[in-house]
Amino acid sequence: MSALLRVSAGIDAVNTFIGRSVSWLILIAVLVSAGNATIRKIFDNSSNAWLELQWYLYGAVFMLAASYTLLRNEHVRIDVATSAFSKRARDWIDLFGHIFFLMPFCLIMVWISWPFFWVSYTTREISVNASGLILWPAKFLVLAGFVLLTFQGVSEIIKRVAVIAGTIDDPTAEHELPPIIEEMESAADLEDRMKHK
Amino acid sequence: MIELVAQNIGPVMFICVMAMLLLGYPVAFTLAAGGLIFFFIGVELSMFAPDEIRLFPNLLAANANRTFDVMRNEVLLAIPFFTFMGLILERSRMAEDLLDTIGQLFGPLRGGLAIAVIIVGGLLGATTGVVAASVIAMGLISLPIMMRYGYNRTVATGTIAAAGTLAQIVPPSLVLIVMSDQLGRSVGDMYIGALYPALMIMGMYCAYIAALTLIQPKWVPALPPETRTLGGGIVSLFAMIILSVAIHYAGMNVLYAGMSYENRFVASATTATVFALGASLINRQFKLGLISRLTERVIIVLIPPLALIFLVLGTIFLGIATPTEGGAMGATGALILALIKRRLTLKTLKQALDSTTKLTAFVMFILIGARVFGLTFYGINGHIWIKELLLSLPGGETGFLVVVTVIVFILGCFLDFFEIAFIVVPLLVAPAEALGIDLIWLGIILGINLQTSFLTPPFGFALFYLRSIAPRNDWDDEVTGERIKGIETMQIYRGVLPYIAIQFIAIMVVIFYPRIVTHYRDDVPTIDLDNVQIELPALGGQDGGGNPIGLPGIGGPGLPGLQLAPLGGPPSAGDADGGTPAPAPAFGLPPLDLDDPPPTGR
Repeated sequence: MSALLRVSAGIDAVNTFIGRSVSWLILIAVLVSAGNATIRKIFDNSSNAWLELQWYLYGAVFMLAASYTLLRNEHVRIDVATSAFSKRARDWIDLFGHIFFLMPFCLIMVWISWPFFWVSYTTREISVNASGLILWPAKFLVLAGFVLLTFQGVSEIIKRVAVIAGTIDDPTAEHELPPIIEEMESAADLEDRMKHK
Repeated sequence: MIELVAQNIGPVMFICVMAMLLLGYPVAFTLAAGGLIFFFIGVELSMFAPDEIRLFPNLLAANANRTFDVMRNEVLLAIPFFTFMGLILERSRMAEDLLDTIGQLFGPLRGGLAIAVIIVGGLLGATTGVVAASVIAMGLISLPIMMRYGYNRTVATGTIAAAGTLAQIVPPSLVLIVMSDQLGRSVGDMYIGALYPALMIMGMYCAYIAALTLIQPKWVPALPPETRTLGGGIVSLFAMIILSVAIHYAGMNVLYAGMSYENRFVASATTATVFALGASLINRQFKLGLISRLTERVIIVLIPPLALIFLVLGTIFLGIATPTEGGAMGATGALILALIKRRLTLKTLKQALDSTTKLTAFVMFILIGARVFGLTFYGINGHIWIKELLLSLPGGETGFLVVVTVIVFILGCFLDFFEIAFIVVPLLVAPAEALGIDLIWLGIILGINLQTSFLTPPFGFALFYLRSIAPRNDWDDEVTGERIKGIETMQIYRGVLPYIAIQFIAIMVVIFYPRIVTHYRDDVPTIDLDNVQIELPALGGQDGGGNPIGLPGIGGPGLPGLQLAPLGGPPSAGDADGGTPAPAPAFGLPPLDLDDPPPTGR
């Protein structure tokens, strides 16, 4: 078990690193998009490459960060019916979901996005838009995203089994409030804002 | 028996997947798994019901391209941009400054503080679209003040929660962007259509407060004079407003007369704003006393939100930027604002980027899951079943809209708006078009509905947000030193009830008086919707849905006008209707690799 948990910790570390890193691409996409609109207006000059770069960046963000989001337990659930269940029952539901929902989905997507990427790569497919970018890196993101998600699924299964067996305490974040609020609340200045006012 | 299941596989799948969702496993993966499970069941059963089931093993590979389509959808880029903007703006504390000042402006009136909250809610909604940020900011500032001066707690909490949800219906809201994407209409039209309904809702909120001042004046007291630290001086405020408007008109007709309309408008508005800001700053710097301190303050705090509204909505309406780029402009503006106010630290920035990343990842994966679900569901004619179900409702157009309102309202009590938008809305397009319903109109009705869903106990998000920052325990007021009781959850729930009623009235008004929305057609030269759609490629350099599956020919007969429709929506009908391997090879997929049954099938 401890060997498996080390594997899981390794996967978690890699996906956390990737998730945190790609978040900077949002800032770049914002600047590219705003810059592109301004330049188009002022100099009447634009290129499809800039437009395509924006969704390349965004695609990289959400495809590559999906595994990090899973790690942080922030994919939304409809827990109306099950929130009253015991922790143990919810652990079993999670394990069931990881094995029978998440893993088949990820494996099938990896399996079908490989030829999707490979054909584009070998034919050096280029976007049909004038002065568009080459397409295979974007298609590679689909493959890479699902590969990372598959690994994260393995890690989640290991952790869930260990939690159910009582080997480890639950490492997964529980969210009583929507995560966005928790993060706003965790902001260092919230305390003094509440006191100040 | 098998034939019976095969022929009714649409309803069976729908009910099974909904039941799977109730397990509480992440929506994105449950939807995708449901789609895949029923894909294989459908393929197996296709021989029993060849008319209903048009699935075949190779079609599975289309999911890769469908995921790719989600990625290259330029409209959805607006989601991270506006979210990021909202988070940065929350940190810049623009809302605090606004509430402080506008609260002082209206505070001396009975019910004035509540009206200030509604106006600030609308202003925040017009800059960004993040309900959480609005509710938190307004709850932190206004709630303690309202409690201090004896506002009724249900009125205070209800007003703050409701005003926060205005961010969902006032353009540029994320709800409207996602809705227009799913309905296959231009975001610009959706914004124009939403303008009057949003103003109407704000007006109705204010009317409710005004009515309270007459019926229950003790619930909404005026603030005592000593709270007006900025002093009076309304006259000079009016003078400044008139002067600025005059400068704007002068600019339009004299100063910049030679320019094109758009440039003229922008240049004049900028001149007037710079004048007002300059006058206030000079007045403050040299203590000239020409305008009152109140006026000076109002102008200075109003400039940032107005500038942001211009950056976002102005550039979109004037055709300078696409809605997506408007979001990017706004995010850049918010960053600059936060920098100027020295509220932007590396930590803040990282936190905002991290939150945005996770939010967009789960949203986009719900959409990917919905696309996988959609491939199967449309392939087994599930959409036709839904369409017939909805068309068999009595009452025609009105009956349809009322039933849809009720369904979405109930779903909205339990589901996030993204889930409703990606799963339910695409199914409504075909029946709505069959009834000749304007899709922008439908979108606005759904938008108000989804806004309401933020308010409905027990799962309304705005209530969550307010609950999380409203003190549960008694606290000592800083100014008066009095002991103030904590806020009970039931008080928040009761407080929003009148606003939910107002929302219902608003939906009914929009249903029975469609002109409030459909005037958007007057603003374009022709009513032809195809023409309206062509604006998107012109602005964005790409078609609205970015969806090559909707290429002519595959959309098929009987689906005219849907070729430009969005992801997850009618094009799914398109590629399923195609029913041939055509989509796959068209995107360079080698069909030969896919002849084997997929791994889980073994």
